[in-house]
Amino acid sequence: MDKKEYIEYVEARSKKSPIIQNLIRAFLIGGAICSLGQALLELYRLFIVELKDAQALVSITLIAIAILLTGIGIFDNIARVAGAGTLVPITGFANAIASCAIDTKSEGYVMGVGAKIFSISGPVILFGTFSGVIYGIFYYFITMFWG
Amino acid sequence: MDIVINCLKAFLIGGAFCVVAQLLIDKTKLTPARILVCYVCAGVFLTAIGVYGPIVDFAGCGATVPLTGFGYAIANGVKTAIDEKGALGILTGGITGTAGGITAALCLGLIASLIFKSKPKK
Repeated sequence: MDKKEYIEYVEARSKKSPIIQNLIRAFLIGGAICSLGQALLELYRLFIVELKDAQALVSITLIAIAILLTGIGIFDNIARVAGAGTLVPITGFANAIASCAIDTKSEGYVMGVGAKIFSISGPVILFGTFSGVIYGIFYYFITMFWG
Repeated sequence: MDIVINCLKAFLIGGAFCVVAQLLIDKTKLTPARILVCYVCAGVFLTAIGVYGPIVDFAGCGATVPLTGFGYAIANGVKTAIDEKGALGILTGGITGTAGGITAALCLGLIASLIFKSKPKK
């Protein structure tokens, strides 16, 4: 193929998928994951009285599914289509953990998997916990003076 | 019929959270990791000012499954722990609220790394 053909080829391949299409995909797949979660929640509520416990079990189930799909290599294919649709639900968090762990196993289990399993989830846990502490300080003093 | 309606609510609200993130990805230069961090912090903030609780009551998993729900669990854990234990709860509540999810993800992630090999990126 000559230079001109090559440029045309590259342009055709790198044509950005339209934003509207991305939004629709993210909406449909993200929504589907959340309604799967809701269906699981309704199921677990038959056995578990505490709503919070049932919600935690839903998260754990979705995490387990996402990690399994990551391991067998299907998750990436779904994520490529879904974009934020698989990123934003808890599945994105689980995928980040599992794919970091799997990709770094050649670097050893302590400084490879052990350290890098946190390379995306670490910031999420750190800043989540930190903002929780700030909220806690406000909540503690507000309830102390007005509670 | 309740189940169908609840699932539909979860679909609409959960989908909406994903659409916002997709807009941020397409329109700004935010990386996915930053979006996850923003979502968790936004979840804590919205729960703190009392906005997120009603969304959870309405949408169920549509609000708890997106990562903002992770922030909701952190903030709720902090609040519960402070109510029960006082000031110590500021430090113990956040991780307690999300312990199940974090532990499951880390342990299963480690097991996955034992079983599976990394695939070449396409």
